[in-house]
Amino acid sequence: MYPADLKYSKDHEWIRVEGNRGRVGITHYAQETLGDVVYVDLPRAGDMVKAGESFGTVESVKSVSDLYAPVSGEVVEVNREVMDHPDLINKDPYGSGWLIIIEMSDPGELDNLMDALAYEEMVKEG
Amino acid sequence: MENLRKTPLYARHLEMGGKMVNFSGWALPVQYRSIIEEHQAVREKAGLFDVSHMGEIRISGSGSLELLQKAVTNDVSRLLPGHVLYSPVCNPGGGVVDDILVYRLGEDEFLLVVNAANREKDFSWFKQLAVEFPGVCIEDISSQVAQLALQGPLSVQILARLTSADPGSLPYYRASLDVEVSGVKCMLSRTGYTGEDGFELYCAAEEACRLWDEIMIAGEKDGLIPCGLGARDTLRLEAALPLYGHELDEDITPLEAGLERFICWQKDFTGKEVLLQQKEKGVRRRLVGLEMVDRGIPRKGYTLTSNGQVIGEITSGTQSPTLGKALGLGYVSVESAAVDTVVEVEIRGRNYPARVVPVPFYRRKRTV
Repeated sequence: MYPADLKYSKDHEWIRVEGNRGRVGITHYAQETLGDVVYVDLPRAGDMVKAGESFGTVESVKSVSDLYAPVSGEVVEVNREVMDHPDLINKDPYGSGWLIIIEMSDPGELDNLMDALAYEEMVKEG
Repeated sequence: MENLRKTPLYARHLEMGGKMVNFSGWALPVQYRSIIEEHQAVREKAGLFDVSHMGEIRISGSGSLELLQKAVTNDVSRLLPGHVLYSPVCNPGGGVVDDILVYRLGEDEFLLVVNAANREKDFSWFKQLAVEFPGVCIEDISSQVAQLALQGPLSVQILARLTSADPGSLPYYRASLDVEVSGVKCMLSRTGYTGEDGFELYCAAEEACRLWDEIMIAGEKDGLIPCGLGARDTLRLEAALPLYGHELDEDITPLEAGLERFICWQKDFTGKEVLLQQKEKGVRRRLVGLEMVDRGIPRKGYTLTSNGQVIGEITSGTQSPTLGKALGLGYVSVESAAVDTVVEVEIRGRNYPARVVPVPFYRRKRTV
């Protein structure tokens, strides 16, 4: 449910660190809570995002939710595939359902995130 | 969830993995596994809904018909026992108090099925109107009655296994007042809120679980699944059926909502004067169907503009599971209400084009 090689934010995003870059998506818990995802709005490559601030939205049949950046930096890649097939977020939240890749401006921000165990604990407590 | 009202099927919903939400003070499942799967089951096979939160008000005694003729806009006098009609109920200003189903049970006996959120308001409104009709008895029997909705093209064949009554021969908007379904005494009506063929079954609250279980078992091999409020909403939206609190409200008239076919001008009713004036002058805003041209999903409350001017607001919207398009209902000024007019929907500070399209968005192929 919560891969050990990822870092997690309290806003239910995950980040996979790849050098100075981080690949970002939403967690299993987030996709399950949302239900069928039918729409995703993402920034463009080149846009700047700030840790804790909204970088896009994800919509289920019933509701609209903001996506929050786990770290600050420049968006260097956007998952086009997920914009055309938002259900990838439900089917494969840590794989083909990834959202953006951020070139981190301050990798130290990663220390503010949780590891899998801590995140799982937080989700359990509701 | 503790302080919410629970239907007789509450425990069943939990057992079946229902994701419970607060709907007008009721704990009800928004979905079991997936809104889209539940939606498709109703369009292609069958789905079973617990709609026991709906209110039931019984009107009986001499003067019942006269009271109803005064209270609702549609013509109740043409109902025979076992007939059903849909009608707005208007306030004196022509706004909609509620939209309801009226069942004629007998010469002087009627059952009103009202929206859960409006139950208490409706009850006092009918009481108030009934002051002039001392022979009329008005009872809120909602807590004694459970309501299940079996909807979808396979509903007839599923139900036929459970009753000696012939459900397939029941015409649309007719009810069998006293039938047994799996030994449970029911009122069975060929009605629904999904745009699909189907039935609504009313039974005693304490029998609801037994009825639910029997229907689920009978329909299992046909692909019948339990459905929640999420699918109910997407289904009714594709069929462009109005939802009170969204398309209808105390300050919206049935004429603006496109419900004139449910107004009988040949009789007197509350709100008629204002509605007549509005009909003569013409409405200033109208409910329309909208389809997003490119991207974006319209949602309740989003502003509609045309050439930079605010012209209205979205009242309901979703990504349509059947049609694969983002659809919405909303009120626009009449200048922008014609089919094919392109307006802008403001979504998170950006404008996205939407086209006015005919409603309903979805119409089933009729076999009956």
